[in-house]
Amino acid sequence: MKVLVAVKRVVDYKVQIRVKSDQSGVETQNVKMSVNPPDENAIEQAIKLKEQGVASETIAVSIGDDKSQDVLRTAMAMGIDRSILAKTDQLLEPLAVAKVLKSIVENEKPDLVLLGKQAIDDDANQTGQLLSALLNWPQGCFISKLKIENNLLSISREIDEGIENLELTIPAILTCDLRLNTPRFASLPNIMKAKKKPLDVIDIGELGIDTTPKIKTIKVIEPPTRKAGIMVSDVKELIQKLKYEAKVI
Amino acid sequence: MTDIQREELEYDVVIVGAGPAGLSTAIKLKQINPETNVCILEKGSEVGAHIFSGNVFETRALNELIPNWKELNCPVQNQVNKEEFLFLTNASSIKVPNFLLPKVLQNHGNYIISLSNLCKWLAEQAESLGVEIFPGFAAKNLLFDDGDNLIGVQTGDMGLDQNSQPKENFEPGINIKSRVTVLAEGCRGHLGKQVIKKYNLDKDKSPQQYGIGFKEIWEIAPIHHQLGKVMHTVGWPLTHDTYGGGFAYHAENSQLYLGYVVGLDYKNPYLSPYDEFQKYKTHPAISKLLKGAKRISYGARALIEGGLQSLPKMSMRGGLLIGCDAGTLNMPKIKGSHTAMKSGMIAAEVIHQHLTRNSSLDLYEERFKQSWVYQELHKSRNVKPSFQWGLIPAMIFTALDQKIFQGKLPFTFNHKHADHQTLIKAAEASKIEYPKYDGVLTFDKPSSVYLSATNHAENQPCHLQLQDLDLPIHFTLNEFDEPAQRYCPAGVYEIEIDNQNQKKIFKINSQNCIHCKTCDIKEPSQNINWITPEGGGGPNYSGT
Amino acid sequence: MSVLVLAEHNDQAFLSSTFNVIEAASKINDDIHLLICGSKIENLANEGKNILALKKVITCDNEGLNNVIAEKISPIILSIAKNYTHILAPATTYGKNILPRVAALLDISQISDVIGIENPQTFIRPIYAGNAIAHVQSPQTLNLITIRPTAFERCETMGGEALIENIPYIETPSQTRFINREVTKSDRPDLSNAKIVISGGRGLENADNFKLIYELADKLKAAVGASRAAVDSGYIGNEHQVGQTGKMVAPDLYIAIGISGAIQHLAGMKDSKVIVAINKDVEAPIFKIADYGLSGDLFQVIPELMAELDLLNKIES
Repeated sequence: MKVLVAVKRVVDYKVQIRVKSDQSGVETQNVKMSVNPPDENAIEQAIKLKEQGVASETIAVSIGDDKSQDVLRTAMAMGIDRSILAKTDQLLEPLAVAKVLKSIVENEKPDLVLLGKQAIDDDANQTGQLLSALLNWPQGCFISKLKIENNLLSISREIDEGIENLELTIPAILTCDLRLNTPRFASLPNIMKAKKKPLDVIDIGELGIDTTPKIKTIKVIEPPTRKAGIMVSDVKELIQKLKYEAKVI
Repeated sequence: MTDIQREELEYDVVIVGAGPAGLSTAIKLKQINPETNVCILEKGSEVGAHIFSGNVFETRALNELIPNWKELNCPVQNQVNKEEFLFLTNASSIKVPNFLLPKVLQNHGNYIISLSNLCKWLAEQAESLGVEIFPGFAAKNLLFDDGDNLIGVQTGDMGLDQNSQPKENFEPGINIKSRVTVLAEGCRGHLGKQVIKKYNLDKDKSPQQYGIGFKEIWEIAPIHHQLGKVMHTVGWPLTHDTYGGGFAYHAENSQLYLGYVVGLDYKNPYLSPYDEFQKYKTHPAISKLLKGAKRISYGARALIEGGLQSLPKMSMRGGLLIGCDAGTLNMPKIKGSHTAMKSGMIAAEVIHQHLTRNSSLDLYEERFKQSWVYQELHKSRNVKPSFQWGLIPAMIFTALDQKIFQGKLPFTFNHKHADHQTLIKAAEASKIEYPKYDGVLTFDKPSSVYLSATNHAENQPCHLQLQDLDLPIHFTLNEFDEPAQRYCPAGVYEIEIDNQNQKKIFKINSQNCIHCKTCDIKEPSQNINWITPEGGGGPNYSGT
Repeated sequence: MSVLVLAEHNDQAFLSSTFNVIEAASKINDDIHLLICGSKIENLANEGKNILALKKVITCDNEGLNNVIAEKISPIILSIAKNYTHILAPATTYGKNILPRVAALLDISQISDVIGIENPQTFIRPIYAGNAIAHVQSPQTLNLITIRPTAFERCETMGGEALIENIPYIETPSQTRFINREVTKSDRPDLSNAKIVISGGRGLENADNFKLIYELADKLKAAVGASRAAVDSGYIGNEHQVGQTGKMVAPDLYIAIGISGAIQHLAGMKDSKVIVAINKDVEAPIFKIADYGLSGDLFQVIPELMAELDLLNKIES
């Protein structure tokens, strides 16, 4: 089984982001960038499948500028076999990303595509589902458990009410929740080895996909700061306010 | 975990710390001989994450190392164009005319930079020359052979829980064996501390002296911003028997690099360097700059201030100790970056000779003595010691020493005490009441730590090791009112009362640690030993 | 202009998110239709037609829609999509799972997790976990949008007279088999999703005292949270930690008891709809962001609270 993992380079989750004063976006210059955390879970799962003998080959793919090579090197340092960079300096909407991934899938013919359930920068939570529809493959979103037996995927997915268990045929798209596994550290020797693993760069222009954004961002601003409310004098007053004013109990 | 099998990597040279000293060593080594195998271990999550400095930069060493730096998009761009030195009293300020200032305090030709960004750029230069840089990997232990020669370092284990047991993602550290190990961890590096002790490198030297430096970055209103302006202050709020002073550098993007240094040889255990800095911001000379401004970053780091008198021997069997790890900072100049870089470049030359001709690393001492770093440090050696007489006498002496005698007075003052020995007993000291934080100019420690982007992986061993677990409560609390509560700029140490048995406990919030090393330096009984936490953890000062 | 809302339900009743999404729809236009896909949903249809804002309730009733499989529902939506300018779904795991599939097949860029609607083409949504807010404009002739339910009020559920219309089920090849659903049966909900969270801090003083928090949480059917200080001191396990390095929560009601309100904790709960703070220190930073603050001894306040809540329950029943 061939497994493809989509990886996005995003602002590191530990960074306190700042909104640019001209409201054009979030400051990303001189800011630490890393693999999108749920994508790490996807990478880890792919490597686990290879270790279990289920996957014969694992490939990581990223879409972005040249700097995205570093997240691919990280993926390979964790244990992915080879990687592909679909190079573009543009910021792509999830729909365009899904179309590029479709093109790569049609070329590489994987049996399983793993993605993180959502990117922590745009929080769109769409790419896996979009790709799934474009390919007409079954989707398993927000998975926290995965078992592969007899060419069937048994998954548990995190839903608001609890857990949902599904069975999917292969090929399929799975988007990974943080609870799926604990991503391993890339060890120094593996980082060294990863430098020699293949990283192919393809120009997105060559894929003939229209990546023009359909949605325009007018402005990006800071969330409103909460202001102090009122001090109540006793418990009775608190309950009254919560029940009849705020209506939360 | 010493009993497991570890993988090994071999290099000609392993450098600990991707700061200006370490990176300069690496670049110079490759310039001399591209075939030399060099790697740098960096405990921060990326190069620059743990680089914390004012910074007004003198380009002398950079000009030598990479003469065409201007054409290579180097982030050294904003020249100093205005300079001010103020003596602050609690209500006003007295401007000291520039012509009265000694040359060390004049910054014409220098640049206001982010040292963190410069290190990122130096790392790119190093990598393009073939240097391997590994951020997120802490050099935890030193490796010695049977003859007690330094033969490399061991990286820290990753994925250990708070009881040092392996977690699911446990990854053992590896041994990096090298012909030469260069320690460039910055001020009070924990490996530097070990080799100084092991090889007696500080024999016959004055006890080392330190300060703690704070810096906040503020986005200030354009009307108050003057790109290229540099301001230094002494006086208020510190009393005249405490060494220290403030700075305000106007950098690009309407940012103000605002900071404060307090000498760690202060005597009053109730002194809180953090609160002195917060108080400093309320002085009209400073607060006027901050009208309508927004604080966007905070950090703190110990500085090494002992100068030549305290500079240890910088070479040992199998290794070199360079930059602030040794103590090459020029305190009166308030600059250590250019001297750190030069110390690294000298190291590269000495190492190259050692690798090709087997000459001794001890040649370093000789080469260092012949360099401009030594001359510079020699010239300014008497300034810091003069502050033991108090601020005014020191200022007078400094003017004489530097302007009239050009640093050539025929004697050298030594430092009498180590910083941890200077505290007087709490019973004999007067308590200091610091004003409440107003949330506009002054802020509490948790809010400040928040702006240092500090993060440590959950559930890992505590990296702040106490030799005697009971000492804080049984001794230090009574004797000195446990000053750790105050000298730590991140609120790591707290005294809590256990409500079950009403006993006091010394709480260590190690996840707040911003790796400043002040506790390692100032703890009166030297009871706290700072070691590296899991690699990648700590603050992130990128861009600051 | 016409808006289609995808109803979220459990075959017996609408989930509350549906009402929030209808309310959001009314900010776009008043021609609102509700699409209910499911099995044996007659009762739901009848309930739906009473919703004031709706003009039409569209049902697709088939055994094949028994369990929510995204691949089965999206063709249904697709079959009527061209009749609308906007299709809204809740930004719950349900809506998030389904709507992008429709978007892909219509070649439309979906707008996710909208918290505000400025006009029919301009939407407001959080990015970077809500640390920045983006205002986006979409000139697309059809817009697919998931709506964050907590950002909108509940619509009026009575007084409506919507028409009911059935549409045919569309068979799809089966690549996905539903096995089962494990619903978290607990009066104490999951911290990340709970509507009410009661959090305890260092003020509780020890692990034993945390039972006060649990008791109060039980009364309000709330989840239990904690500050980092409480967790570090061993009062409660770290799965309850709310904050920058713990869980981020955005309940309707967050009651912080004995918590000072360090910025790291605030980072984890600042998106709560209503924040209540109970602390004996009037200067505690948490009062600066609490909607309702009560200064007092929590060991007295909590029992009082529970007594008042009992009284309230008595009055209501």
